[in-house]
Amino acid sequence: MTTPLQRREALADPVEQLDRMLEIRRFEDRIKELFAEGLIHGTTHTCQGQEAVSIGLARAARPTDPVCCTYRGHGHALALGMTPDSVLGEITGRVTGAIGGVGGSMHLSEKSVGLMPTSAIVGAGIPIAAGAALTAQVLGTDDCAFSLFGDGATNIGAFHEGLNLAAIWNLPVVFICENNVYGEYSRINLTTPIEDLAQRATSYGMRSEIVDGQVIGTVQDAIERAAALARAGEGPTLIECKTYRYSGHSRADAGAYRPEGELDHWMKRDPILLYRQQLISDGVLDDARADQLVIDVAARIDQCVERTMASPLADIASMFRHITGNMAGSPR
Amino acid sequence: MKLRMRQAIARALADEMRADPTVIVMGEDIAVAEGPFKTSEGLLDEFGPLRVRDTPISEMGFCGAAVGAAATGLKPVVEIMFIEFLGVALDMVVTEAAKLRYLSGGAYTAPLVVRASTGAGLGFGTQHSQTYETWMYACPGVKLVVPSGARTAYGLVRAAIQDPDPVVVLESRALYAEREEVVVGDEGIIPLGVAEVLQTGSDVTVVTLGQMVGTTLAAAVGADWTADIIDLRTLIPWDRTRVCESVERTGRLVIVEENPYSGGWGTEIAAHVASECFHALRAPVTRFTCPDVPVPYPAHLEKRYLPDAVDVRTGISELISTSRRPRPWWEKEGHAS
Repeated sequence: MTTPLQRREALADPVEQLDRMLEIRRFEDRIKELFAEGLIHGTTHTCQGQEAVSIGLARAARPTDPVCCTYRGHGHALALGMTPDSVLGEITGRVTGAIGGVGGSMHLSEKSVGLMPTSAIVGAGIPIAAGAALTAQVLGTDDCAFSLFGDGATNIGAFHEGLNLAAIWNLPVVFICENNVYGEYSRINLTTPIEDLAQRATSYGMRSEIVDGQVIGTVQDAIERAAALARAGEGPTLIECKTYRYSGHSRADAGAYRPEGELDHWMKRDPILLYRQQLISDGVLDDARADQLVIDVAARIDQCVERTMASPLADIASMFRHITGNMAGSPR
Repeated sequence: MKLRMRQAIARALADEMRADPTVIVMGEDIAVAEGPFKTSEGLLDEFGPLRVRDTPISEMGFCGAAVGAAATGLKPVVEIMFIEFLGVALDMVVTEAAKLRYLSGGAYTAPLVVRASTGAGLGFGTQHSQTYETWMYACPGVKLVVPSGARTAYGLVRAAIQDPDPVVVLESRALYAEREEVVVGDEGIIPLGVAEVLQTGSDVTVVTLGQMVGTTLAAAVGADWTADIIDLRTLIPWDRTRVCESVERTGRLVIVEENPYSGGWGTEIAAHVASECFHALRAPVTRFTCPDVPVPYPAHLEKRYLPDAVDVRTGISELISTSRRPRPWWEKEGHAS
């Protein structure tokens, strides 16, 4: 069986990058269906349309670098290396899940590829990533920490406190804002008085960059540039990836509030479409092979769904595990 | 050696930092100024600015950084100047740090310590004088200790730093200047989760912690009863065994706590003991607390606000002689029911 680390390393192959984007898309589409069919309970937040950011991140970060992501985390988790079985097992509360099914859709983690537990609290991962960078600084390693968050998070205190702290301490961390235009159900212009969120870095004397979040290469290059500076002791960077969320905020949200035509406009710049065209024009792939890839990935994910739904549910004992460790000095 | 509580804390931090290079401390004014309450005296000089860090006034930021640092290999100790300031950062303790182990199947842990000063008695007014132990209640994954003086502060802070999970240490601010004989070195480490019986007696079990330990010991002087006086020291998880063993013997439980009557930490002790030791109880479980009011500022009102040794002494006598809960002073005087 392929390990998360092997899946991460496989992304060096450009075709594998397309495969992984298709995997994320198919995975998210199937998740929505499974929820709609009542086969999964609770909630979920899917990321169709934002796949290029996930792949760009996974290409730029080292597996040893700590990464803090959010509850919209399936795509990042799969890109960083988690297996579809491990993610889907978690989402469906099964023993095959990354943490045995007790976490669910919003709480994915895989230490072997640096993915710290994804948080369901908007903005929480921002100061936490700064802290992971502090470890690198204090221990003198060249790790770089990454924090992924949405546009909505730039209005919460944790964003400002985290960026300020990283700036004054010159921490090796890259803050990556996925500006997908909506914070939960609200369009960004209703909640935020500026259009380019990267502007906020200037208040903290921090470098920033705005990139096209629909193109793997531009995302990857920007993150690599920022990470190289961070590792060299040049401190943090804020990168704003302009992207778009095709689905609503969560499974309960159909996204009826979108202006007419907005979704169509963004789908013309679909990250998978753009990357497929690029690979074909570079001569890496032809149409026939690209079409076959779509079919193969769909079959793979469908098999994963079947396998997962046939796996045992998390057992009662699992809810009592991993709450605390031994107590210091305790005789018990 | 005899140390003030603030010195014992600084000594505990220094001893752990010497023993373990991954221990760092951070907080507002703790490095250059050596702490608003001088609990980090000498640390910057000895360990340097990489490990002893002044932070911005940004509790959510530096508590969050502590979580990330703890998850990736450091053992951060953060200082919250007044417990109220933890309110703006509570997510990082109860929702992030406390759940990291659970949400990673044990792959990530958060061995961090949050120290905060608490309590009334020094005239800091309503928003700087509360205790708020119960902010950490109903929150699996976090531990909570409350020293009652220099000796327990030294031992508990060291154990808290060595513990593999997030531990909150709440320090009664009024005790920082108090001197006490302290056992330093590894022998002075106090295991978490273990209460200490400070006095033994036969009429009643009195459970207390923090600066109320002193009040309780004072109440026992010249009393017409004798008590097992138990300093809980660790509130989460509290030492159910030791408390229940004592109550089984004395048949009465009294709790002395610095908290509003409603919802203080003693409610948890009372509920458990009443359920578990019902057959042994000869009198109702009784709590001596503060009234359900904000902490008042003027010295005479602040003194009245806190449980008082004379009230506890006479109240316990009344409990023993009547087997009824003595009315708290604010009820007797008609201020509130």
